[in-house]
Amino acid sequence: MKVLVCISNVPDTTTKITFTDNNTQFNTAGVQFILNPYDEIALARAIELTDGGNGSVTVINVGESNTEPTIRKALAIGATDAVRINAKPHDAWFVAYQVAQYIKGNPFDLILTGRESIDYNGSKVAGMLGELLDLPSVSIIKKLDINGDKATIEREIEGGKEVLTVPLPFVAGTAEGVAEPKIPNMRGIMSARTKPLQVIDPVEVKTFSEITGYKTPEPRGQVKLIPSDDPAKLVELLHAEARVI
Amino acid sequence: MSVLIYAENAEGKFKKSIFEAVSYARAIADQTHTSLVAVSIGNVSTADLAALGKYGAEKVLNVSNDKLKDFVNQAYASVIAEAAKKENADIVILSNSFSGRGLTPRIGVKLQAGIADGAVDLPQQQDGRFTVKKTAFSGKAFATVEISSANKVISLTPNSYKIVEKGGTAAIEDFSPEIKETDFKAMIKEIVRSADKVSLPDAEIVVSGGRGLKSPENWKMLEDLADLLGAALACSKPVSDAGWRPHSEHVGQTGIAVSPNLYIAVGISGAIQHLAGISSSKVIVVINKDADAPFFKVADYGIVGDAFEVVPKLITAIKQYKASA
Repeated sequence: MKVLVCISNVPDTTTKITFTDNNTQFNTAGVQFILNPYDEIALARAIELTDGGNGSVTVINVGESNTEPTIRKALAIGATDAVRINAKPHDAWFVAYQVAQYIKGNPFDLILTGRESIDYNGSKVAGMLGELLDLPSVSIIKKLDINGDKATIEREIEGGKEVLTVPLPFVAGTAEGVAEPKIPNMRGIMSARTKPLQVIDPVEVKTFSEITGYKTPEPRGQVKLIPSDDPAKLVELLHAEARVI
Repeated sequence: MSVLIYAENAEGKFKKSIFEAVSYARAIADQTHTSLVAVSIGNVSTADLAALGKYGAEKVLNVSNDKLKDFVNQAYASVIAEAAKKENADIVILSNSFSGRGLTPRIGVKLQAGIADGAVDLPQQQDGRFTVKKTAFSGKAFATVEISSANKVISLTPNSYKIVEKGGTAAIEDFSPEIKETDFKAMIKEIVRSADKVSLPDAEIVVSGGRGLKSPENWKMLEDLADLLGAALACSKPVSDAGWRPHSEHVGQTGIAVSPNLYIAVGISGAIQHLAGISSSKVIVVINKDADAPFFKVADYGIVGDAFEVVPKLITAIKQYKASA
């Protein structure tokens, strides 16, 4: 089974987010970049599903050369080979369009993304790939099992879950629970340096949206402390002052 | 030109987040003096469909084809896109629910539309430019998205826009678009939904527990507090990683982002990743025995104390308040 895992390069979760250029650009100074945590889950599941010579896992990233350490990390974790489409990831549509073009020349049985990237939280790439390739897509899945040419999937819904079956090939966005992220071992780290990483040019595509500015949330005021033996005071404040109960 | 709103139903009923989305869509239609049409797919009663008029829908396209009675992402996206084309809708609104997130990108591609997902405010339409504010960096910031395409898709974050009742009933029109067989490849086997529990992404009040609760056996008092307040339960990442609570309760940068009116955090220190997920909460209450816990820096109200003493007392105080109200 040939699996493609779409990966993105994101600021690590401890990053304090700030902006430059009059709040129009994300400030990357001093920021550590990592493999998107949800993509790590997708990659781990892909490796489990192809374990024991049962196929291959290609990782694909749309990014400039600064993303290569993250791509090598994915190879160290256990991907077979990698592709980098040499372009700034303008937005989800741009990314999906580039990846779809690649897939049209290189078909896969299973295409996975993380449910969302932790920088823009769009949850869009999986669905866009599905639409561009006329394949079913399931966004935000909690469980993925494959039996021959069919998958049984659990999808998150409000207050519960939905169990569905989908024939291969399809696209899915993985959430927590699909697999435990894998830690690269020494052998993985060594082999990552020599595993194939193909760099290809992007194709032209018109984009429809752009982020024109950012804002950090207003800092909250000083906390009002209530004595621990007087919770009735808290209830009163929540009702009369905050008006939330 | 008009606005189309996809009114998602759960077991044939519309939730509060859908009424919010209809109100939101109505306000957008008013901005450009155009009409608002809703589209509903599945088995929803005539009365409920007509009641969407209360929130400003002039008409509801009712898609009650039996093949579409259960959610099928590919097919539903096709139906909604067809509805948009039929109604000449250049703006399509959805609620940013789990199903909404599967539909939005496909509809965007079908309509060659720019997308603002997870909007928290009405669009600004000025000087020929169309911008929408949404959250970014998992709740650590806001981003303004400008959409340059003629068609636009916006998904609204639940509990971000207040319901506005205008009164009125919507006209109902049956709609049966042609749908390709190949749109039905995914098949639902089972839906498991606990109707009594409040769903976290929609919740107005959230009660959340962290490692300070020491073990999963101690969650009963949080469950009681949540029941009393009609709140959803949540937890920090270490708690769900340890298997004490399900992943669906994990709130944080790599979990759910919530935007309740009230977030009560019990025994959670307040790591930056957790704070990201709750930054849109209107009021934050922190209960922690460590006065130096970082969470107190973003709290509106706080109690420094042992959760096992404070929470039971809080439960009693709320019961008394409810009894006297």
